[in-house]
Amino acid sequence: MSTTTETPATPGAPERRTTSRSARLLGDRRLSVLVTAALFLVMYIVGLSRYQNYGFGDSQVFLNLFIDNGYLLVAAVGATFVIMSGGIDLSVGSVIGFTTMLTAWLVQDVGLPLLLVIPISLAVGAFGGFLMGYVIHNFEIQPFIVTLAGLFLFRGLCLVISKESIAIDDSDVSSLAQTRVPLGVGELSIGAVVALVVLAAAFYILHYTRFGRRVYAVGGNEQSALLMGLPLGGTKIAVYTMSGFCSALAGLLFMLYIQSGDPLHAVGMELDAIAAVVIGGTLLTGGSGYVLGTLFGVLVLGLIKSIIQFEGTLSSWWTKIATGVLLCAFILIQRVMTARKKT
Amino acid sequence: MTTTSRWRALTRHNLFWPVAVLVALLLVNVPFTPDFFAIHMTNGHLYGSLVSIVLFGSPLILVAVGMTLVIATGGIDLSVGAVVAITGALTCSYISDQADQGALSSVLLAMGLGLIAAVVCGLWNGFLVARMGIQPIIATLIIMVAGRGVAQLITDGQIITINSEPYKLIGGGYWLTLPFSIFVVAAVVAVTVLLTRRTALGLLVESVGGNAEASRLVGIRSMRIKIMVYVFCAVCAGIAGLMISSNTSAADGNNAGLWIELDAILAVVIGGTSLLGGRFSIGGTVIGALVIQTLTTTIYTIGVPTQTNLVFKAAVVIVVCLLQSPKFRAKVFGARAKATGPAAPAAVAESADPAPKMEVS
Repeated sequence: MSTTTETPATPGAPERRTTSRSARLLGDRRLSVLVTAALFLVMYIVGLSRYQNYGFGDSQVFLNLFIDNGYLLVAAVGATFVIMSGGIDLSVGSVIGFTTMLTAWLVQDVGLPLLLVIPISLAVGAFGGFLMGYVIHNFEIQPFIVTLAGLFLFRGLCLVISKESIAIDDSDVSSLAQTRVPLGVGELSIGAVVALVVLAAAFYILHYTRFGRRVYAVGGNEQSALLMGLPLGGTKIAVYTMSGFCSALAGLLFMLYIQSGDPLHAVGMELDAIAAVVIGGTLLTGGSGYVLGTLFGVLVLGLIKSIIQFEGTLSSWWTKIATGVLLCAFILIQRVMTARKKT
Repeated sequence: MTTTSRWRALTRHNLFWPVAVLVALLLVNVPFTPDFFAIHMTNGHLYGSLVSIVLFGSPLILVAVGMTLVIATGGIDLSVGAVVAITGALTCSYISDQADQGALSSVLLAMGLGLIAAVVCGLWNGFLVARMGIQPIIATLIIMVAGRGVAQLITDGQIITINSEPYKLIGGGYWLTLPFSIFVVAAVVAVTVLLTRRTALGLLVESVGGNAEASRLVGIRSMRIKIMVYVFCAVCAGIAGLMISSNTSAADGNNAGLWIELDAILAVVIGGTSLLGGRFSIGGTVIGALVIQTLTTTIYTIGVPTQTNLVFKAAVVIVVCLLQSPKFRAKVFGARAKATGPAAPAAVAESADPAPKMEVS
């Protein structure tokens, strides 16, 4: 459905040129990102037409997508790096949950100031990612299994801190959580702003730095990257460290959003993050994709949730089914595209 | 000399480490519960820690056996947890709609419906992996994400409870003094072993896992083999789903079989099957699943707070994987063997040890 909407119908242009242009567009690596963006637009317009009377068109509703999904965006950006390098990180959700528990415990029960807690949490997340990357690279164990162990470990550590959820009534946290950045047409929360900054930084790193090119190279073909003399181990470990850092940051944003720590926070969020990356057009085999696609992936997932909210009668499980169907559609689109590239 | 070489042959057997871990775990229990190995006869049923380990481990063994064949073809199936949920939801909702929940025919029909749903899921996974050529981890992610939604849709988001005597048998009933589920597991394992080791099927599966393209060129229908293993895996998960919902007499779309895919993959890896595919060990998988269940039981019985369960599991995963990593063994044990190694040929044999495992990749 989306593919056809993407083919530009340029009236009046010679037919030969249209076909060559559409052929070029179909071969373009940015196509999957464009498809996702188009899908987002179509969904948004459908939402507008259905719920115009309920205020769906408010610019704040659009900005709320960022406020409500900022943490997912940060986690998905981290996952984008890992997937781009040809790996996978299953520990994302657990690290997010653990960070909410750790910060809640440090702020609430230990009484540390928030300014000290934030760097501690980020360091713990990044160190966890570093360890996983180290084991993956040095002992040649599959990322899937190592990060699975990470998933168990961090979820277990959550429960070791406390089995109960910890509500945070620290004044610093609540004032930070309630801070709003006015934008003229609406306002964003601190979390949303941080998420956008992370996105911008990731965009810069991936497309304009040497490290970004190494990530693409390692994901494209590890053997070639090694033969070219790229620091394979360093790149892989750095990617997992970044993913751990992003997950911890996502955990902090989630903690701000929910204002509590709970050992069951963000269970299964690694799948949301991976789904967002896939819907955003990044190939799971690595080496190809755009971090902006991940943004659209997150926005599409967020929009499904808001539409279901506006619909009112639809139950939450439709979110899962819709995510699955979308995932399926995008995987098939990707498959068709890569199949053509090979031949 | 012969004893050392015999010992070396024993330690190199692919089941040595899994069995050693299992025995060690079982022995850990003895100081805490002295009658750990005792088995009592009460009301004509056998009770005891060992029986309950096998009873509660049954669904995991089933799922893990199915997963072993999928992994042997170089794939992975993340959707088994969702299949467990769908099967349980469909079967329980059908039974709960019947006027007479105890009627054997309707229970059998309900179980058939549930298993058909599992077969459909398996066909879908196999279609995506084999025919569309999509990476297994992604292809099965679809049902993993959407499947629980479907299960909740079937149960309408509720936990459906049922009261059916015949259905209770498969997951919580007893037969010939033993839990009935043990017989189901034994039957499935026996059939699998017979089919894979007494026919060429196992060899074909391993060949497809080793190199799908090469096997296709020598005339193996690798596509058909792949679809078959995904269907088999889903059916195993479906039977596990029946067991879980029968044991609790309820279908919970949200929590039934939660994370069982991860435990199953873990069991397969502990059992010595490489995630890269190309070889498998059903016996190893059964032992791996028992290790996981024993670990859980041990944590309960020795009084460690249950919340640390996951931390222990993480530790076991890492230890087992490190032990199986040729590079890790070369770094740690290889260095020691060189320092204290008795003779040159032995040292050569030691260093050559990782080679057979490496060739799989």
